[in-house]
This record gives sequence, structure tokens and C-alpha cells, in this order.
Amino acid sequence: MEAFIRVENLCKTFYSKNGQVEAVKDISFEIGKGDIFGIIGLSGAGKSTLVRCLNLLEKPSSGKIYVGGRSLTDLSERELRGARRNIGMIFQHFNLLMQRNVIDNVCFPLEIAGVKRSVARKRAMELLETVGLAEKAKAYPAQLSGGQKQRVAIARVLAANPEILLCDEATSALDPQTTKSILALLKEINQKYGITIVVITHEMAVVQEICSHVAVLEHGRLEETGTVEELFRSPRTEAAKRLVLKGSAHIKAMEGSRRIRVTFSGHSAFEPIIGNITLEYGTPVNILYADTKTINGNAEGEMILQLPSSEEIADKMVQYLKDKNLGVEEVEDYVG
Amino acid sequence: MLDKTTILMLLEGTGATLYMTLVSTLFGYVLGLPMGVVLAVTDREGIRPNKAVYKVLDFITNVIRSVPFLILLILVIPLTKAIVGKSYGSSATIVPLVIAAAPFIARMVESSLKEVDKGVVEAAQSMGAGVFTIIWKVLLAEARTSLLVGVTIAVGTILGYSAMAGTVGGGGLGDIAVRYGYYRYQSDIMIVTIVILVVLVQILQGLGMMLSKKLDRRAK
Repeated sequence: MEAFIRVENLCKTFYSKNGQVEAVKDISFEIGKGDIFGIIGLSGAGKSTLVRCLNLLEKPSSGKIYVGGRSLTDLSERELRGARRNIGMIFQHFNLLMQRNVIDNVCFPLEIAGVKRSVARKRAMELLETVGLAEKAKAYPAQLSGGQKQRVAIARVLAANPEILLCDEATSALDPQTTKSILALLKEINQKYGITIVVITHEMAVVQEICSHVAVLEHGRLEETGTVEELFRSPRTEAAKRLVLKGSAHIKAMEGSRRIRVTFSGHSAFEPIIGNITLEYGTPVNILYADTKTINGNAEGEMILQLPSSEEIADKMVQYLKDKNLGVEEVEDYVG
Repeated sequence: MLDKTTILMLLEGTGATLYMTLVSTLFGYVLGLPMGVVLAVTDREGIRPNKAVYKVLDFITNVIRSVPFLILLILVIPLTKAIVGKSYGSSATIVPLVIAAAPFIARMVESSLKEVDKGVVEAAQSMGAGVFTIIWKVLLAEARTSLLVGVTIAVGTILGYSAMAGTVGGGGLGDIAVRYGYYRYQSDIMIVTIVILVVLVQILQGLGMMLSKKLDRRAK
């Protein structure tokens, strides 16, 4: 598939009196049209810098960014302003204009684009309906809850009819319940308007809830990219493993025990696998942790098993699980 | 003590003081507001950093602000004469008042604009807003409460300066206080002028604060 957003060899270095910081190191990836693309990493990983490079709020030190085949880094100031109207952005702290009421906030991008006031207000009202805040049109941001503010920000960003929506930790300041409803709204927008969404987050749960693809960032480097299912089933890099396992159990390292993480999708969960291996090898395994997660609407299960101390039996068990097409990986020194 | 002529004189003096203060504040903002905007915008953290422009304006404001007002008053006499035609009286006092107030106002405007949440500016930039749109619709609009508090402070300060100008024939209440209270030992008249000055400052201050509070949409 033709990539809609293409990032090539992106680098961003900040210079300060205390030396230089390489926030983004030679990153390349592609995002397809209509995808919900997650960029996950711990704080300080360079996610925010990376997403700010996508609409050139930060000027990359080197590298290229293409949107719809057009190179953003080669645009003039004026052309860039035009291009930015096509790339909406929402923020962790909402960034609404505090001295304007809700409807005037939603009208703001339309004012910038020079849309007639009456037309702008009509469109703003429709969008407030979409985000479920029509009755708050005359309220001021200070009178709204966090979730409501983010809904206003989403309505505001939609006003300009963008093809891309960048979300910079958009749910990090919200409680779990509100996070869920905002994520549902983003998903709805993605499906209704076909907007490509880039989600920056430090929470695996957010990625699992709405993203189709994901990129793992650590220390300014892109560690791995792929679909969310791939990442969940078989994280390849250490950074990815840490993020995937962070959502799981808090297991203290146990001496002399070999532990594996087994993942299975909904339809392979019919066979009583644990019971079968126990019977097959005559030795019990210890289930340390088990959970089912919904990833892109599919049930995905994971378990962390403690294998018998006999190397020979343990190896056989691993092979047995692999033969059953389950995701199996060793868990080393994992302390949650 | 307070006969008809004295009362008339005090009324006239009050009028002259208000005239000097308000007109000077107005022209002070005509000069100081753009200066403050340019300072905020060209600052290293501003939306259009420009070291050269910032440094020059920064230097000018600091120099003018370092000159004591009384000295400035005398220094700019040639300019005052060129603009107003004479160097004494209320209208003449407006010239040095504006020159003294503009850099002070510029600093207050600069600091008000810098208080505006960087995130909101960033949001506007992400929508493709240009520099002038951001100045007008984000910086000035979001900072309006703080700007109005600044106006209130400016009015109070300029009122004080105008009274100082009274010592060198500037007219207004300060002039009366000096002429009667100091040169003629009529301390009763001096006290009355002081009371009027205090009341004026109180009223202007109260009005400014009320307005800025009324126009603030942040807390409800």
C-alpha cells in the first residue's frame, strides 16, 4: 500500500548551554491512509519531539517528511501554514483559548482559514453535536471537565477538515473512564471521516484499545514497528518486551525457575492446553499470571507460566506450545 | 479656607491632572503596546525570535527607564517645545510623560504576553495561524486580563509622575500642592490636593480591577 505519511531518516538535536540532546535519532517509518498509528515510549523517549516534527512545529535537524507524496520540509512558510490546516493536533493539556467560549474555540481554525462567520458557526455547532457537547456551546473552557475540554479540542480540530490528526498524549491527563470515551470518539472519527490518526502515548492500554499499527520508541531511536497484534504476540526488541510486559503481572524474579509468556488469540483458546501439557508430561506448570485483552476488537490472551525445573521437560513443553501455534517467549529477569 | 476661587482652582487642577494622566496613558500605549508586542514576539522563546531586534528594543527601554523622571522632564524640553510650542503647562507635560511611560508600558505588555500559555500558541500554530493572527487573536486576546491590570498600574504611575511634573510648572494638582503647600506654607490646601490624588488613584485602580475581573473568563 502507498504510504500516506512517510518519515525518512528524521533527526532532531537540541542545542543548549549544557550540551546537545539528540531527541530523535535517524527515524524512518510509514503510515498508511486511514490507519490509527501509535507511537509508544516512556517519557523522554522522544515521542513528543517526533510528533511535533510531523507538522513541523519542531524543525527537524535533518531528514524528510512526506504527506501525501508532498515533502513538508521543502515548503515555504506560507505553504506550510496551508499544509498545517490539513494536519490537526490535540494535546495533553487541551490548549483551548481560555478567554473564548466553546463555540468560538471551535470556530477558531475557520477564522484562520477565512471562513465567513455565519458559515463557521453553523459548522462549529454541527461538530459540537458530533462530540456531544452542543449544550455547552456558550460555556467557557474553565467551566468544563477535562474530558469535555478534550471533546471541544477534538471538535475544534475537526473544523478545519483535516486528513491527519496528531494526538500528543491526548488522554494522559484524564481518568480511565474518560480516557475510554475519548478513545472511542477518536475511533469513531477515524471510521466516519477516514482521518489518519497518530497517537502518542506512554500507555500500552491506549495502543491496544485503538491503534492498528504501532512504533516503539526508546532513547530517541525507533526500536520496532508493526501491527499491534504482532507487537503483543511477539515483541522482538527489549524495549517492546518491557512495554508489553508492563501491562501484565508484577512478578518477582524467582530463583531457578524458567518462565515463559504464552499468547493466544480468541479462536485458539478452545483447547485446554495447560491441562494437556500437564497430563502429557506428568509434571504441573504454575500459572503466574493470565489475562485477556481486547486488541482491535479481538480477544487476545496472555499467560505467564513457571515451567518445571527439569530442563528436558521444560524444553518439550515449549515445543509443544509452539506446535500449537501459540506465541511463546522466554521471560528473563522480569520484575514488574 | 476653601473659598470659591480655591475650590475652582482645585477642580481645574483635578481636571488638568486627569487630562495629563489619561492622554499620556493613551499615547504611552500607542508607543508602548507595539514595543511590548515586538519584545515578546522577538524574544528567544517568542513566536518569531530575532536577537538583533530584541536587543535593540531591550536596550532602549532600559536606558529610558533608568533616567529619573525629573531629569527626563528637563532633558526633553527641546522636543516638547518642538511638539507643543511651549515647555510648561499640562499639554507640555504630556510629552515627557509619554516618553517615560512608553518603555515601562512596553515591559508590562511584554510580561503579560509571555504569561500566555505556550501550549495555546502552539495549538494556533498547528492550525496554520500566521504571526499576526497569533498576536491579535491569541496573545493579546488571552492576555487581556493581565493587560488591563497593567493599564491600571500604568495609570497610577503616570498620575504620580504628572504630580511630580508640577514642581517644574507642569500644571495640575501637583503644581497646586507645590505652589501652595511648599512655597506659601498653606499646608491645608496641600493636604486637600493629596486627598484628591488619593481618591483619584483609588477610583482609577478600582475601576481597572473591576473591569479586568469582569472580562476574565478563566475562573467561574
